[in-house]
Amino acid sequence: MRLNGARAICQSLVEEGVSTIFGLPGGAIMPLYDVLPEFPRLKHILVRHEQCAGHMADGYARAAAATRRPQEQRTVGVCFGTSGPGATNLVTGICNAHMDSVPLVAITANVPNSMIGTDAFQEADITGITIPITKQNYFVRNGKDLPRVIREAFHLARTGRPGPVHVDVPKDVLLTEHEWTGYPSTVDLPGYQPTLEPNMRQVKEAARLIERAQRPVIIAGQGVLLSGAWDELRSFAEKTRIPVMTTLLGISGFPENHPLSLGFLGMHGWVHCNYAVHNSDLVISIGMRMDDRACGKFAGFAPQAKIVHVDIDPAEIGKNVRVDVPIVGDVARVLGKLEPEVDPAALQNHEAWLEQIRGWREQYPPKCYPSDTAELYQPQVIQAIDRATRGEAIIVADVGQHQMFAAQHYQYTAPYTYITSGGLGTMGYSLPAAIGAQMARPDKQVWCVVGDGCFQMTLQELAVIAVHRVPVKIALLNNEYLGMVRQQQQVQYRGNIVEVDLAGGPDYIKLAQAYGVPAWRVSEASQLDDTVGAAMAYPGPAIIEFRVARTEDVYPWVLGGTSLGEVLPDTPYEGARERALASAGPSPRDGSDR
Amino acid sequence: MSKHTLVATVEEGPATLNRVLSLFRQRSFAIESLSIGRTNETGIMRLTMVVDGARSAVEQVTKQLYKVVEVRKVSDLTDDARVERELALIKVSCKAAPQRAEVMQIADIYRARIVDVASGSLMIEVTGPTVKVDSLLDLFRPYGVKELVRTGVVAMSRGQAGSRSEKADRLKLVG
Repeated sequence: MRLNGARAICQSLVEEGVSTIFGLPGGAIMPLYDVLPEFPRLKHILVRHEQCAGHMADGYARAAAATRRPQEQRTVGVCFGTSGPGATNLVTGICNAHMDSVPLVAITANVPNSMIGTDAFQEADITGITIPITKQNYFVRNGKDLPRVIREAFHLARTGRPGPVHVDVPKDVLLTEHEWTGYPSTVDLPGYQPTLEPNMRQVKEAARLIERAQRPVIIAGQGVLLSGAWDELRSFAEKTRIPVMTTLLGISGFPENHPLSLGFLGMHGWVHCNYAVHNSDLVISIGMRMDDRACGKFAGFAPQAKIVHVDIDPAEIGKNVRVDVPIVGDVARVLGKLEPEVDPAALQNHEAWLEQIRGWREQYPPKCYPSDTAELYQPQVIQAIDRATRGEAIIVADVGQHQMFAAQHYQYTAPYTYITSGGLGTMGYSLPAAIGAQMARPDKQVWCVVGDGCFQMTLQELAVIAVHRVPVKIALLNNEYLGMVRQQQQVQYRGNIVEVDLAGGPDYIKLAQAYGVPAWRVSEASQLDDTVGAAMAYPGPAIIEFRVARTEDVYPWVLGGTSLGEVLPDTPYEGARERALASAGPSPRDGSDR
Repeated sequence: MSKHTLVATVEEGPATLNRVLSLFRQRSFAIESLSIGRTNETGIMRLTMVVDGARSAVEQVTKQLYKVVEVRKVSDLTDDARVERELALIKVSCKAAPQRAEVMQIADIYRARIVDVASGSLMIEVTGPTVKVDSLLDLFRPYGVKELVRTGVVAMSRGQAGSRSEKADRLKLVG
């Protein structure tokens, strides 16, 4: 059987189990789109901007990872783009996946081989551009290599520490026929051997530290989710009675209604988490990369603690923070080996430590409001969504204040229910990622939590939502500001508020109507529950514009360059908890007030 | 900060060198010298890099190099018994006969070779460790160095690379 390059790519994608592709055609990639209808298993979603093809594939891959699979069978997000601007538009999507370790394969076409290097129309050296933002990339000059390259691309994207792989194919390669000799069943990559099994000597050493620790904490990163290690983590924490906090991307890797759950740490994480790390004598970092947003000032990180760092990527160990016991391996396998090594009889009693953390938690409670405030505040919106969805929705948050409020005020209990752009901090991520997440998980309700600044960066994808009737619920938190930047200008730039005012933006209700999506506007707390309920009851996409207080700030706050122990609690709202409890009555849920 | 000699064996490919250099550039890591060439194994190239950095930074860049799929092995030879060589071509100006004689004499002491003679200059080829090339250059400077090219260091561990017992045997032989 002879196949041209375009059919060889499609056949390879079918072999890899791909079912959904996000993309947008253009000149160079037209041969690929020409044959796409011959492959009915490959459903293509036509985006309105290639950046969003990347984010949709990203959200798709993350949401699909809520089901634990062997790494060879991980779902990979797939996106297409044409040469030149189509490919450069994909760059942000690829980079976002790179920073957050998302398995992604991006396929672009380039100008024909004969035109490469001539500055031809819509030519860009895209593989040159994507080198630093991909796990690997390929420029396929000969169609004979295509099946091998696609096989390697998927293998690299989904195994070890996942990441994006970019494949660029000149147009003539898409058209040239070669003999199809079957899809390769193996890969030959001698330079790529990820370490999955931990070194037992290190595991034993970690077990001894755990047994001796008086004030231990676990910090769980996205590695727990990527590895599907939520059961192992829970079992390990319960056996050792060590409290668990997560990083921003680690949220939902440990059920937040669990008695040992502390919530999340870092720049806008809880005071009690940051204090716990700062005062601990043993930090067990699991599947995280010691990012500056999570750890604060590196030199001041956990000054009294020994540090056990578990990660699949050896380059993350010791990169930012000193490490006492490094363990390289897949999180699930490491925890599977570590748990039996810890002798329960040798463990210290941590109850006093847990009590101390509980004390901090009560001293610095989350921001709460009575239900009759004159203005609407962002946490109230998130709490209303939490009430309405009983914590069971997938929350796809964009970047900024609402991202942090969504992390703080929703109680996440199931894997990959909080999806956000953590590493790159890509404004505009949430709407396309929510579309991708919804397509991967049609069984779940997906909420896109987005600010007005972010929404205006990718709102053209409302067309995809409208055309495919993607039942995403969009919570647009409109404060007519680039709120996080305004907050930082207020506090760190002497209140010099410059170029962050978004007032005069579009009428979002009319905008939604233009796309044929029903929309509501809420500006009072008393309307919250009814409107959220109405949007949820509507069997399709819906937008609620929440007109929230313009100048609300996110706290707690670890200012850049300070350590976690210097976290600024929410001083303006001290006493808020008492007021809230008095007016709101008992919590309808399990009573664990974070 | 200290000098490190890193050796990487990499798969030949159009983007391999680009990927490696991209890592160094991204981390503002200064490369003092870099040489690349084929090895006894088909499709495998060997890179020798001399970099200046703190040990932890060199360790980090080594780990990052390992993440490049085409990179097979990276070794820091700094603490190993090793042979390091570079080759330099030096064009020294010598206007008068006595100067020419002096330059030839110095070259001879350094076991360097005269590879070209012109009316106002001599071209000298020297091979050796960086310090030897540097010191020869220092001696030539008063005469006027008109042109200079250096290949950068290539390095190899003494004895057979790899296993510890072999290393121990070699040390015994040498010692």
